Amino acid sequence: MIRNQINFSAEEIKRYGRHLIMPEVGMEGQRKLKSSRVLVIGTGGLGSPVSLYLAAAGVGTLGIVDFDVVDYSNLQRQILFSTEDVGIPKLDAAEKRIKAINQHVQIEKYETALTSENAMEILGKDWDVVIDGTDNFPTRYLVNDACVILNKPNIYGSIFRFEGQASVFYPRKGPCYRCLYPEPPPPGLVPSCAEGGVLGVLPGLIGMIQATETVKLIIGKGESLVGRLMLIDALNMTFTQLSIKRNDKCPVCSEQPTITELIDYNEFCGVGHAEAPVVNQEMEITAIELKNKIDKGESPIIVDVREEHEYQICKIPGSILIPLAQITERANELDTAQEIVLHCHSGFRSAKAMNMLKTIGFQKLKNLKGGIDAWSTDVDTTVPRY
Amino acid sequence: MPTIKIPTPLRQYTDQNEYVKANGKTIKDVMEDLVKKHPNLKKHLYNEENTLRNFVNIYLNNEDVRTMNGVKTSVEDNDVIFIVPAVAGGL
Repeated sequence: MIRNQINFSAEEIKRYGRHLIMPEVGMEGQRKLKSSRVLVIGTGGLGSPVSLYLAAAGVGTLGIVDFDVVDYSNLQRQILFSTEDVGIPKLDAAEKRIKAINQHVQIEKYETALTSENAMEILGKDWDVVIDGTDNFPTRYLVNDACVILNKPNIYGSIFRFEGQASVFYPRKGPCYRCLYPEPPPPGLVPSCAEGGVLGVLPGLIGMIQATETVKLIIGKGESLVGRLMLIDALNMTFTQLSIKRNDKCPVCSEQPTITELIDYNEFCGVGHAEAPVVNQEMEITAIELKNKIDKGESPIIVDVREEHEYQICKIPGSILIPLAQITERANELDTAQEIVLHCHSGFRSAKAMNMLKTIGFQKLKNLKGGIDAWSTDVDTTVPRY
Repeated sequence: MPTIKIPTPLRQYTDQNEYVKANGKTIKDVMEDLVKKHPNLKKHLYNEENTLRNFVNIYLNNEDVRTMNGVKTSVEDNDVIFIVPAVAGGL
């Protein structure tokens, strides 16, 4: 679309009036917004506020990428969705909500997980800005590399509990995600929001920074976050600005890159092997098998390795709580001669605990497959799921 | 003594303390004193070869120590050291 051919109806002039009277935006900036194409990857905690504000601001085309359906556990922070949307595809619910805010926004939906196979095609569609609202390391490196290869700015945000990070990775103008984090942490070392939780308003705070940076890039005003990493600590409400620089040996964005096409990001991030705990089937027990054992009177010791605050939400009757971080030092509270069933929320942390106890001589160990979540779905539905 | 700001994911290893003081004249010394005080932090910050893990970013007063003298960068008493871990959450 040629920018000076973009016209606004009387309704749009009124709608964008508060922008039009600002010298930094004006008709020219609003035309830039209307002719812009922004891709939002992930319509979750970050993608929700970002797409709502960009739609309201008058971005012409919003691309949205997601593969999930709306769940009750999303509603605490994913403000694109309403209670009535639970169970329907996120993209359909998002489209309805975005159109309700601003019917002038064109929406392009990509109902898929972003992969090395489809990323170049999806990101390659003429987007002016790409927004990373994903939730895992492989996809973050994938988005970064695709943006560098395609020369597109990547608006970065990430969140954990009360803490967030935001920056703008602009190929050749500043550092990229790999300059900041040359390699990912081993799987399991850094907890995800699903494991560790996140304050519901935090993605709003970080998403607003991403939306602001997007608008600034489109209208070409102000100092962008290129070369700066913002650390936001909502618990103390501090904003710290760190200076980040291009790595002249960066494998993807330096002058002599060693990565010039997309790679296998699960492999790169060690997902599925490396330090992820290995549990063979004989070491596992299902929730139903555990219930049968208890009913037969051969009650094993049930050790819950979640955190105290998770134990407050729900527990398996008779279980004792020893959080994963304390399992080695409190192993003396357990009897090596008795059968021990370890469990956590979904089975990952308890598998780790099992490996730790094995190395100090415990043998009669079982890991509850699927954790307390499986207990809730398969044995006792009165145990709340979270 | 320099102060180290501990990021949320690592606070479980510092008795939930957000700011920890540790002794040393260089980043290397301060980090070693930190893990001496909080041994459970060690495997999250150091690899098997006893060097700082590559995904752990250390900033001295807002600058990446990799752009200065790395772990040999000297540290003053009132400096603040930030440990900035990779965080992936977004949904």
